[in-house]
Amino acid sequence: MGLKEIIEKLDPQFEKGGPYEKWYALWEAVSTIFYSPGKATTSAAHVRDGIDLKRMMITVWLATFPVMFFGMYNVGLNALTGMEVLGIEGLPGWRGMIINLISGYNAANLWHCFIYGALFFVPIYAVTFLVGGFWEVLFAAVRGHEVHEGFFVTSVLFALILPPSIPLWQVALGITFGVVIGKEVFGGTGKNFLNPALTGRAFLFFAYPAQMSGDAVWVALDGFSGATALSLAASGGVEAITRAGIEWQQAFIGGVAGSIGETSTLMILFGMVVLLFTKIASWRIMAGVTLGMVVTATLLNLIGSDTNPMFSVPAHWHFVLGGFAFGMVFMATDPVSASMTNTGKWIFGLLIGFMVILIRVINPAFPEGMMLAILFANLFAPMIDHFVMQANIRRRKARTSV
Amino acid sequence: MIEHYLSLFIKAVFVENMALAFFLGMCTFIAISKKISTAIGLGIAVIVVLTLTTPLNNLMYQFLLQDGALAWAGLPDVDLSFLGYLSYIGVIAAVVQILEMTLDRYVPALYNALGVFLPLITVNCAILGAALFMVERDYNFPESVMYGFGAGAGWALAIIALAGIREKLKYSDIPHGLRGLGITFITVGLMSLGFMSFSGVQL
Repeated sequence: MGLKEIIEKLDPQFEKGGPYEKWYALWEAVSTIFYSPGKATTSAAHVRDGIDLKRMMITVWLATFPVMFFGMYNVGLNALTGMEVLGIEGLPGWRGMIINLISGYNAANLWHCFIYGALFFVPIYAVTFLVGGFWEVLFAAVRGHEVHEGFFVTSVLFALILPPSIPLWQVALGITFGVVIGKEVFGGTGKNFLNPALTGRAFLFFAYPAQMSGDAVWVALDGFSGATALSLAASGGVEAITRAGIEWQQAFIGGVAGSIGETSTLMILFGMVVLLFTKIASWRIMAGVTLGMVVTATLLNLIGSDTNPMFSVPAHWHFVLGGFAFGMVFMATDPVSASMTNTGKWIFGLLIGFMVILIRVINPAFPEGMMLAILFANLFAPMIDHFVMQANIRRRKARTSV
Repeated sequence: MIEHYLSLFIKAVFVENMALAFFLGMCTFIAISKKISTAIGLGIAVIVVLTLTTPLNNLMYQFLLQDGALAWAGLPDVDLSFLGYLSYIGVIAAVVQILEMTLDRYVPALYNALGVFLPLITVNCAILGAALFMVERDYNFPESVMYGFGAGAGWALAIIALAGIREKLKYSDIPHGLRGLGITFITVGLMSLGFMSFSGVQL
């Protein structure tokens, strides 16, 4: 008996009136991974397309894979290099046991770095997935909607923007806030107005600043502090970054300390190519973000400042530092929380690019501004759409009036 | 000089946003934010009222209420600052009354749309709040014009953004218990999270 028959045979058990009716949401989520649902639209006006929400979201999920794998390697690389500096022999606890079994502590060894990073990333991702998935399924079962694959994307993006040393209970709390308050109270995927992954992270950022910011959290090794390139820049501009041994190429390819997924601009660009080629992410938003960033950064370069070294950081450095690239490719392009109209997407992107530089440069409280810039622009996305549509209506009225 | 006023304005609009950083003026903020067009009308009304009342109250404070302000009348020892709240509200009520009559005469559509909330601007705490902040921070007359305008613009921006979000949320599937006010409070809280990006900016 083929897989298709098994699914078709089990299906009635979960339909309305079947014995496992309550579990329909979960069943639907699993069964449609393999085959598209057999139900067909009967009334008029519907789109025939092979790519539904599930395929779309899985494409985004796959597009994060280069970032994810490089992120794990990078976590290991930073921590193992730190161990050599501090002269620590091995890790205590279950992580140490697994490393002793299958790998070692050599920072020059790709496999060793990868395993070390995976031992930190996989628990974070697993907690994100289980806790977030629990809420998602609970809401789906009680409220009678389907489990949306948007959660795949939310969970992986949320895990990738966390610092590697974060305690797991905070991961659980953050994704709970993101999924429940950021999304489910509005009715689930497509009904929210803020990016759920960023909402969760912003919640953690303001609730537990000690574990989410500062210099001590970016390397997964107790007692080792590695400043991010951005906090170096805040203290002494580009000079301070290069003095710490980080060249532009390295910041571009990866290898510096930071949140798990944000460090390698190169890997993020691979993901971007996939998203643009499949037309899942909007190129207008990305172009708007880049343009807004370049213009604002150049403007501030020209204005200059004697006391604030961030003023002099040029645009090509802003591009590779911190979460800029990751936010631009994966967060700003979220089709739900971004503007919907084409003109609106440009304005939305420009606003993000403008805000991110403004927060990084002008606001001494936060070295990084990408998360807050995107959340801020999310707030104004519906308003931008409204005005774009009104302008359109006015223009067309003027064209047709006699 | 211009820089000083510009930073005062930006601070009033973003860093110390009346609605989203201080949560002032919440009743009208939540009640009149269902439609963008009405929100724009109320936003403009608040801008006008704040730009008029803050400087007026400033003059009142400087020349009548402050300790020793009555020196020009030959009463240098009189301190009337205990009358502050009463007089600020009086000025605000008068200005709102004039605004109401003007709107009724020239923009009846907006007058009807705002309904009871226009007179309620009188007791909108954002308006009184701006007057009290102005006194507390010792703004002079031109500064108080700028501050009043900035605080109003910030409040208007916030309510228009909220109206945009609420128009979008009309298509959402919100749990029954949260529909209406509940989800609006959550929305405002999340908006405030977005405005946290400005907290800590020194201007």
